[in-house]
Amino acid sequence: MATQTTYGARDHARAQEGTRAEAMPVVPAGDWPDPPCEAGHLVWAETVAGGNYTHRVLARGTELRLTDPHGDACAHLLLYAEGRPWERLNVADTVKVQWNAYLGEGQLLLSDQGRVLASVVADTSGRHDALCGTSTLVSNTERYGDGTAQSPSPAGRELFKLAAAKNGLEPRDLPPSLSFFQGVRIREDGTVDFTGSAGPGGSVTLRAEQDVTVLIANVPHPADPRPDYVSTPLEVLAWRAEPTRAGGALWDATPEGRRAFLNTAEFLASKGSA
Amino acid sequence: MKTVVPARAAWSRVIREGETLTITDLHGNQAVDFLVYDAHDTAVRYSAPDTIQAQGGIFLTTGSVLMSSEHTPLMTVTADDVGRHDTVGGACSKESNTLRYGHHTWSQHACVDNFLAEGAKHGLGKRDLVSNINWYMNVPVEKDGTLGIVDGISAPGLSLTLRAERDVLVLVSNCPQINNPCNGFDPTPVEMTIGAAETTIGTAETTIGAAR
Repeated sequence: MATQTTYGARDHARAQEGTRAEAMPVVPAGDWPDPPCEAGHLVWAETVAGGNYTHRVLARGTELRLTDPHGDACAHLLLYAEGRPWERLNVADTVKVQWNAYLGEGQLLLSDQGRVLASVVADTSGRHDALCGTSTLVSNTERYGDGTAQSPSPAGRELFKLAAAKNGLEPRDLPPSLSFFQGVRIREDGTVDFTGSAGPGGSVTLRAEQDVTVLIANVPHPADPRPDYVSTPLEVLAWRAEPTRAGGALWDATPEGRRAFLNTAEFLASKGSA
Repeated sequence: MKTVVPARAAWSRVIREGETLTITDLHGNQAVDFLVYDAHDTAVRYSAPDTIQAQGGIFLTTGSVLMSSEHTPLMTVTADDVGRHDTVGGACSKESNTLRYGHHTWSQHACVDNFLAEGAKHGLGKRDLVSNINWYMNVPVEKDGTLGIVDGISAPGLSLTLRAERDVLVLVSNCPQINNPCNGFDPTPVEMTIGAAETTIGTAETTIGAAR
């Protein structure tokens, strides 16, 4: 197709519509081929390439399913209260308040304000990590020769900086993150044991308990011992659902969690949004 | 230079490259919540995950390097009488206390308030607070992931020493928590001692730093 003229260039560009790639957002999300819910309820359907990132604002009650189709995704995740990013995921409170260092079904992802940002409502992987954070320009340059966002081995923090910037946030707004699908365990002497992936097909489903901004970087876990940068695509699906309410399965699961849900409900009620 | 930080109080200081900071647990079993920033670019700050990554474990002791969010060294533990310190538990806050113990704790003072008040003197705000170190605090992790603050292993007079690997700003909250054993349910004073740069191991750069 001739692109020497404006008309030709326009035709050439427009002819690309409908091209399919493995890693891409499907818009509208309801066109996703095998929706896990009523197709009309899907609000986000995307495959994130290895070494890439994505971000979205999710309404309270939305469920977000992350899936590792090929077995070597690692979803590094940050959460912020939407519109109030000074309230954000606090990994230390998340593990300390719930008396557990390991992420899994039933766990709440807590903000620094004693409230719930999201809950983990399903988990078929069990290989996650709240302690080691993500990779950096310096660490990836040492390990793989480069860590810049446009390189073949982008660092998680570099991708988070871009995702943050697109939400009006700066590097100062990037606290320690969580990672899903590449696990660690802590030995008695405190050393970190990398357990890696559970294999292809694992998924974890989070439920937004407030309106949240989600940042996701799909890059190798920093403790992954493999010399090569191995990062396979991550599937992201989100759909409209209901937040946890009093009487729901998670609400009373622990006394700490119940108080976190109560704090959240009262906060939302007092600002007129629940 | 020695300073006693009273029970429940905050403290901060710029430590020049090569200088040392010794923290002494005067009465024993006192948790010292600690954050450290590059003094010239506070966007580069202590990162618990990068520190855990760098040493392959969650406990700090002699030889541990406190890494920044950009995976660069901020300070190194050069001496430690205790054997292990916490990277995981973070700071107490009025808000997290309502979850951990109940809403009756809301009026109690907490480390995050110390960090906010002391950090504000240096232009730092809430977004600058991240997961911190808890010197002297004992947080084991069981096989099933259960983790908790248990009785300390420190004792009166035990200390640890950190060397600044660049000019750093240190924020300390001498933990006011009275609902768990992190300080034996009884906050007590600690002592901060800043030592001159060791010129014998210093590079030209650290010698200049020592002269400032």
